[in-house]
Formats: sequence, C-alpha cells, structure tokens
Amino acid sequence: MPIPFAIKVDNISKLYQLGEHAQITRTFRDVITDSFDRLNPLSRKQKNGNHRKESELWALSDVKFEVRPGETVGIIGRNGSGKSTLLKIISRITEPTSGRVEIYGRVGSLLEVGTGFHPELSGRDNIFLNGSILGMSRREIEREFDAIVSFAELEKFLDTPVKRYSSGMYIRLAFAVAAHLAPEIMLIDEVLAVGDAAFQKKCLGKISDVARDGRTILFVSHNTAAVLNICDRGLLLERGRIVADGAIEPVIQTYLKSLRLARPHDLTICSERQGNGRVRFTSARFEDERGNIIEQGISGYPLVIALDYQSSDEQYLPNCRSSIVCFDSMGQFLFNCTSDLVISDPITLPPSGTLRCIIPKLPLSQGQYLLNLMLAVNGEIEDRLHNAIELEVADGDFYGTGRVYLDGWRGRGVLVNHEWMVE
Amino acid sequence: MNSVELAIKKEISGGHLPAVPHLVIQPGITRSPLNLRELWRYRELFYFLTWRDVKVRYKQTLLGASWAIIQPLFSMLIFTLLFGKLAGMPSDDIPYPLFAFAGLLPWTFFANAITTSGNSMAGNVHLITKVYFPRLIIPASSVLAGLVDFAFAFGVMSILLVIYKVPVGLNILLIPLLALLTSLLALAIGSWLAALNVRYRDIRYLVPFLIQLWMFATPIIYPPSMIPENFRLIHALNPMTGIIEAYRVALLGKVNGAQINWMSLGLSTVLTLVILIYAAYNFRRMERTLADII
Repeated sequence: MPIPFAIKVDNISKLYQLGEHAQITRTFRDVITDSFDRLNPLSRKQKNGNHRKESELWALSDVKFEVRPGETVGIIGRNGSGKSTLLKIISRITEPTSGRVEIYGRVGSLLEVGTGFHPELSGRDNIFLNGSILGMSRREIEREFDAIVSFAELEKFLDTPVKRYSSGMYIRLAFAVAAHLAPEIMLIDEVLAVGDAAFQKKCLGKISDVARDGRTILFVSHNTAAVLNICDRGLLLERGRIVADGAIEPVIQTYLKSLRLARPHDLTICSERQGNGRVRFTSARFEDERGNIIEQGISGYPLVIALDYQSSDEQYLPNCRSSIVCFDSMGQFLFNCTSDLVISDPITLPPSGTLRCIIPKLPLSQGQYLLNLMLAVNGEIEDRLHNAIELEVADGDFYGTGRVYLDGWRGRGVLVNHEWMVE
Repeated sequence: MNSVELAIKKEISGGHLPAVPHLVIQPGITRSPLNLRELWRYRELFYFLTWRDVKVRYKQTLLGASWAIIQPLFSMLIFTLLFGKLAGMPSDDIPYPLFAFAGLLPWTFFANAITTSGNSMAGNVHLITKVYFPRLIIPASSVLAGLVDFAFAFGVMSILLVIYKVPVGLNILLIPLLALLTSLLALAIGSWLAALNVRYRDIRYLVPFLIQLWMFATPIIYPPSMIPENFRLIHALNPMTGIIEAYRVALLGKVNGAQINWMSLGLSTVLTLVILIYAAYNFRRMERTLADII
C-alpha cells in the first residue's frame, strides 16, 4: 500500500518561556526566595506588569505542511525564525505546545555531527557509539564500517582515542558516520558549517546522493547554494510562521528579498544584560550611508550601527561613553569601537534618542559576527548586552581589486588597508 | 507546486517500503509510566551506552578497575577495626570482616549506582538536546554499568569465603535475583533523583548526604537483630533492609544457620516495585519538557 505522506505537520505551535523565568534549572533557595517575593506586594506588582508577556516567545505558530515520500525540502529563514525548533519537534527532542505531527517511515535526525562522541574512546568505538545514537542498528554499523572509515580517510587512526584527533579529523569521522545513516526520512540541521571547504563539498555530494536515492529529506541551512543543490522544495519560515512554500528557486528568491527588507532588532527582550539599567538600549539597526535600514553589511562599504536608547527618567545623561565590541562567530574578540577614543570632550545625552556609530569602510570579510553593546553614564555601566546583535557581512570589494578572502576564512577575517612596495 | 518528477519519486519509494513505521507526535502523551515496547526497540542503544560507561569508567585513572575493590575493602577494614574490635558490635556469630563485607558488597553497588544515575542526565545534556531516545536509558545504563564493579567486588567476597572456609549453600543461587532487585531499586531512586536533578541542582549536594544517612538506616555495620522488637517493622520499611539481610543469609547462612526472612524480603520487593513505578511515571512526566529546561 503506498503511503499518503512521509511527514504531516498539523498546526504545530511551540511556546518558550524566556528571561528570568526560563531558568527552571534552579536551586531550592531560588524557589524559597521566589515564594517570599510572591508574598511581597511590591515585587508582585512588578512581576504582574507586562513582564509575563515579554518573557514568552512563540517559536512556531500554526505551522502546517505535508511532505510526500521522496521529497527533499529545504527549510530556510533567518536566525530565530523557528527552523531548528521545527526540526527538534519532528525529531521528538522537544514537544510541541499544540498541534500534531504524523510520520510514516524511520526517521534519522542529524542536528549535530559527532553527537555522543566520547573523547576517551577510540575512533572505532566512537563509530559504533555514535552510529547507535543516531539510530543505526549494530548490524548496519558493522556492514557500513569499512565505508565509514574510508570516507573519513582515517584508517591509520582507528585505534587512537579521539581526544588525540585534530579537529579536522574529528569532524571527518563524525560526518562519515552521519553520512552512512540510511533511514527513509532524514532531518538535517545546519551541520555543514564545519570542516574545511573540500570536505564540506564531499559531504554535500554525499547528501545529494542520498537525496537522489529517493529518500525524504528535510534540510535546514543558511547556505542557500547547498539548499538549492539538494532540495526540490522550499519552506520559508519567518517569526515561526510559514510565509512561502513551493519550488525551491522562488522560495529562495523570496528569502533573499526579505533579507533586504530588514527590521530593527528589538533589544528589550534581550535577557543577557548587565548594568544598573537606568538607561537601556531598546533597539538596534544597521543602516547604509543614506540612512536606509539594511540587513547585511558589505565589506568595504559604509556601515552605520544605530542604537536607540531610553532612560527611565527625564534627566539629561552627563559624561556618557558607549562602545560596540565585535566578535567573530567563534567568540574571538576582533575589535572595539569606543566613543571616548574618538571624541575627546565628554558627551551629554538627552534622556532618550539614538546613537550612531559610523564605520566608513567595513573591514570584515563575509560571514557572521556578534556585537556586544555598552553604555556608561558618569563612569557607571548602565547597560551592557552580550551578543546583542548578529552582524551578517556579505563579500564586497574591500581592496578595489575584485578579490575577496579565501572561502575557509569566512566569518573571521578582519580586513586591513595596506600596500606592498617592491624595491 | 511541485514537479511531476516528485510524484514519480513518491511512487517509487512509496511502493518499496516494507511495513512502514508510523509515528504520531502530540503534546502530552504520557499514557503509561513505562513504554516498554519503545524501550525494547532502543535496546541496542541501551547496550552501547552501558558499554561506553563501562569502558570509560576507569580511563585515565592510576589504579583502574581496582577502585571497584578498594572502596568496599577499605570500608570493611575500617568498620572491622572500629565497630568489630573497638565497639564490640555483635554480628550474629559471623566473623565481623565477613559480616561487614557481605553488607558492603551490595551497598557499595547501590550507593554508587544512585550517585552516578542521579547525575547522569546532567552529564548527558549534549545527547538529550540533540537526539531522541527514551531518556530512562541514561540512568538505567549508569546502574547497569555499576554491575561490573559489583562483579569485581564479588570476586573479593568469594576469596573471603574461601579464606574463612565458609561452606556455600543453595541460597547462593538467590544472588542474581538479589542483584536484580538491588538494580531495580537503584534505578528507581536514581531516575527519581535524576529527574529532580534536572530541575534542582541541589540534588548533587543532597545525594552524598542521603547515602550516608541511608547507610546507617540499613543493617550493614550492625545486625538487624539489634533493632528492638517494636521498631523492626519501621526498620523493614527501608527496602534495603530486607535486601541486605537476604544477601547476608545467601552468602553466610551456613555460618550461623540463619534462614532467609521471606517476609522482610517480600516487603522490600513490593516497596521496590512501588517506588519504581512512581519513579518511572515521574520520570516520563519530566521527560516531556526536559530538552527545554536542561
């Protein structure tokens, strides 16, 4: 009997609790202090305010689609659009808040390569352990063992504990196991952002082979080229809703278009913040030199980072200092733009307004970066946000030569203006 | 919307799938406390995780697996010195070292099993947030891996039996059943603690303390006959009481002619099953929201 569908997602919604209340992992002491807080009428008032609503996030709302057997579906969308949550629900790691998913077929999910690898165990042992964790039976692993080893090109290191592997070897082994999974339905999250370029290509090739095998694939990725290569159909998610569903090319077009129509980043929901809090950043956005909001920076072009702030009272803010610190996607510090390094007189700010940091020629190569924001008044830190905004940078012609950074350097390159002289 | 090619693909793969598994995901599916069929389906993963725990247990330690013996052996020596010699603790006509070791053998297994399984969820966060499987496998494999240590310590027990020339009776055949019962109780307590540990990290500090108190409530350094008549029932409400008594009779019954106290052992069995069912139910409830809060 032919089955009607491989996956049927029926009005799935998922609610997350954010902020302080999300930290359910706590100690008894917190429970006790919370109960006292609840008895205190003052703090109760504070809590019953709009705090509740702000701390809730619908990661997915009423998502509905059907995947036929053999379809290869690319799920695209910005960070935080709900792609990964959707995959986690279908792979049963987390429960939906409401709705229903029905699946026909054995599901293999690959949300991470190397899940469950144990550093003390040898490569051989880890193939068995990881294969089993990913849902392969012992017999399947034994059957695929040689293929896995030769795919990873690690024949000589099979009996070495993986803690002695280089990170490249580790990734190769991890991916080799994953690439030999053979369920009818494969759920793949952004796992290709690792490894060197050549190995990435090999992995992509392997996935397309799997796709051509008539297997059902759900593939989440930022890499639109990879999605285009592998998938026939696209689903575009935006703020937890499906906004486009259809043949892959037009969906990717829609996605790319939506990137250009950027919205400011809301910073009020940001929970990782320190400081006195009398003045807070409320939103941030990137602008081009003409003041248009943009989603991405471009190497070598002007980038304006506009920060809206709001003070809790009507007083002017004397002696202010603000800084933006840039990190690469691995959390490595890259540079710091601090107002008092470039402005010698103390700055006085109105109680609310917008600060603009202007970088005339963006010195970053293609990739993702994270920005920390800080505002100090009179030497006291009022607001400091860790990883407040993500800055996506597209390749531009920084050096005016038409040349860009090497592929493997993406996301971690600071570009420095320089010249070479020959004597 | 989709090309004809896809429709053909569908025909091909749809036609070839034998007995396609069907799965429904919905919020709040906790019909039974234990989904045994699903646990059975994941038995190989259970095996591999246990195998991993056994294999890594003594990696990069100086004394390796001898730790499995050192712990009960040294406790026995200290107890013999303190309670047997200095305090003159009665031991039901059994040489005190034998008496103490027969109690410490299962107790060490039990105490280590609830410690490791109680911390096991927190130690496997990377698995829980990336792959689905019945989570009960994690504390269960921690308990099972401890059986290897138990086997080593049992070897020491056998040597002691030979040294003291203790004849072995038929009751020794009860040992595997007692080990099963101890494992089930350890799984019950361990998974309960593991579920609590996900929510409250206090558990990590509570467990060593709990184990210490529990050991004094269990007849390990003293014989159950020391407990006054009218407190015996309360004493037997500790499920470890009946289990430890039974171990001792199974191993050393020939020394003093003691018989298995079936009442006490039966009570322990019933209590173990009750706690196990409650713990499994509790664990399943926690399992649902686990990945979101861990």
